[in-house]
Amino acid sequence: MRTILFLLRKEFLQIFRNKGMLPIIFVVPVVQLLVLVNAANFEIKNIRFAVLDNDQSQTSHELVQKLIATNYFILSGNLKNEAEAQSYLAKRKADMILEIPQKFESDLERMHSASLHMSVNAIDGSAASLVSFYASSVILDFNRQIVVDQLRLPYNPTLPIQTESRYWFNPELEYSSFMTPGILAVLVTMVGMFLSSMNIVREKEIGTIEQLNVTPISKPQFIIAKLAPFWLIGMFMLAFGLTVGELIFRFPILGNLGVLFGFAGIYLIAVLGMGLFVSTITHTQQQAMLISWFFIVIFVLMSGLFTSIDNMPDWAQKITWFNPMAYFVELIRMVLLKGSRFTDVSHHFAVMTGMAVVINAFAVFNYRKRA
Amino acid sequence: MEDYVIQTEGLTKKFGDFTAVNEISFNVSKGEVFGFLGANGAGKTTAIKMLCGLLMPTSGKAEVAGFDVFKQSESIKRTIGYMSQKFSLYNDLTVWENITLYGGIYGLSKKQINERGKQLIHELEAESFVNKRGKDLPLGFKQKLAFSVALIHQPRIVFLDEPTGGVDPITRRQFWEMIYQTAESGTTVFVTTHYMDEAEYCDRVSIMVDGTIKALDTPAKLKKSFHAASMDEVFLQLARNVVEK
Repeated sequence: MRTILFLLRKEFLQIFRNKGMLPIIFVVPVVQLLVLVNAANFEIKNIRFAVLDNDQSQTSHELVQKLIATNYFILSGNLKNEAEAQSYLAKRKADMILEIPQKFESDLERMHSASLHMSVNAIDGSAASLVSFYASSVILDFNRQIVVDQLRLPYNPTLPIQTESRYWFNPELEYSSFMTPGILAVLVTMVGMFLSSMNIVREKEIGTIEQLNVTPISKPQFIIAKLAPFWLIGMFMLAFGLTVGELIFRFPILGNLGVLFGFAGIYLIAVLGMGLFVSTITHTQQQAMLISWFFIVIFVLMSGLFTSIDNMPDWAQKITWFNPMAYFVELIRMVLLKGSRFTDVSHHFAVMTGMAVVINAFAVFNYRKRA
Repeated sequence: MEDYVIQTEGLTKKFGDFTAVNEISFNVSKGEVFGFLGANGAGKTTAIKMLCGLLMPTSGKAEVAGFDVFKQSESIKRTIGYMSQKFSLYNDLTVWENITLYGGIYGLSKKQINERGKQLIHELEAESFVNKRGKDLPLGFKQKLAFSVALIHQPRIVFLDEPTGGVDPITRRQFWEMIYQTAESGTTVFVTTHYMDEAEYCDRVSIMVDGTIKALDTPAKLKKSFHAASMDEVFLQLARNVVEK
């Protein structure tokens, strides 16, 4: 026990003497929160659209005005012909082309029906579907108006069922409330894996591990002294990030923070175990960084942070069962935004405890003092 | 009956098909300065690692400080000191922090660490260096300090792996004076080196070639039996045979 205290003191002295460490602890969380939370926004604004108006009627002008009035759409050009429309899309001068056919107005009046043509740049598939969804809803609304105004029918919404949606747990649909907790999960993971694996490998790189190996330090003592500081740093960064995020974004904290930090504690043990594992299979800090990076990219992409796990194909969803970060991202959102209690997330706790045990057992088994 | 602190018999280490150390047998007495020589790749490092409990031998027998290298490596680690050229001390810790760390690792009490640490600093006349970090120390001083730190728990044997590599002649001389003092106090010194003048300072010298010990005796007797004027010639005769073969 006394040996561990001496080793812990050494680790803390070394960690805080490392000039890169304090910025990592204090600057990285703030930058990540500020940049990622604001950047990772799925809402689409400022959609540039161009109109090829072959009708040039009052109705067609009204439709265009209606789109502009939503503030989502910006008119980037009035087109003269099909070829120009093509070039607008190709040169990315417009995200969407609205083509209004000739006799649009007269068809509407005489035949009570007319058609429009919409072309959307679908390089980014999900953005394209949002654009077309927005435009369609505007046009649908316009439709109803026509029914009322131009056809002079009594107001009778053509759709018998009207949906009114309320968004639970994030009523304003604030992306920052959704993203901040997830970003915090990424941060904790990075500390756990990057810093811990690099710290252990550094000792291999400069050869000091050999000196420690000839001393009576036991494997458990060495491992605990190496991982404990990063456990504390990880927990601190979570608390710090949570505070900063709360001050900047004012996201709701509905649940019990004890549940969150309790889970984070177990989660960090699991992630630190992975860092230890990475350090056992690498010899230089570069290698450790590369391999940690490989894992973290997969973890982030498969965590449901940016893309919902429910939308993944079945096989991919099964893979996320083995991704510790997926559990953390889900739990931190549930606890903060939904106010989930321990009983709601006991499954997460059970799985994470299991993962922590298995990963660490494997890593310790791999870590051989007699190399 | 001599008091042996290291005894090996047919000690062997194989890595797959490659035999790094091939049935070496030797004894080292208490308080002896034992030179362990050999060209690069002769198997010295592997042999030392086995004796320090870092590497499990493939076969043979070996006892260090009365402990079996197969079964009691943890006990061995408590009774030996180790210092290598590659690593001496933590560069980002101060002299005093390094002393405290190793004192603590070897289970010394706070009081002992304080006393021994101060004595050590005094002997090295290093009062002005106490709060300097490892990276700011001159190499020669660093090596001497590392040697002292390796002795902080008063081990029965100290292993020095090329301790004077890259060190200036004056410091090397001081270093060897420290080695003699250590041996006089009863601690066995097991030292590897590539400097043949240093080999002359040893009580006995073994020369390893291709995983086996080709010669083992006092420097004087070795020179006589190889009809050589210096240890340098002895070494070259043995090592050259390998090259020609």
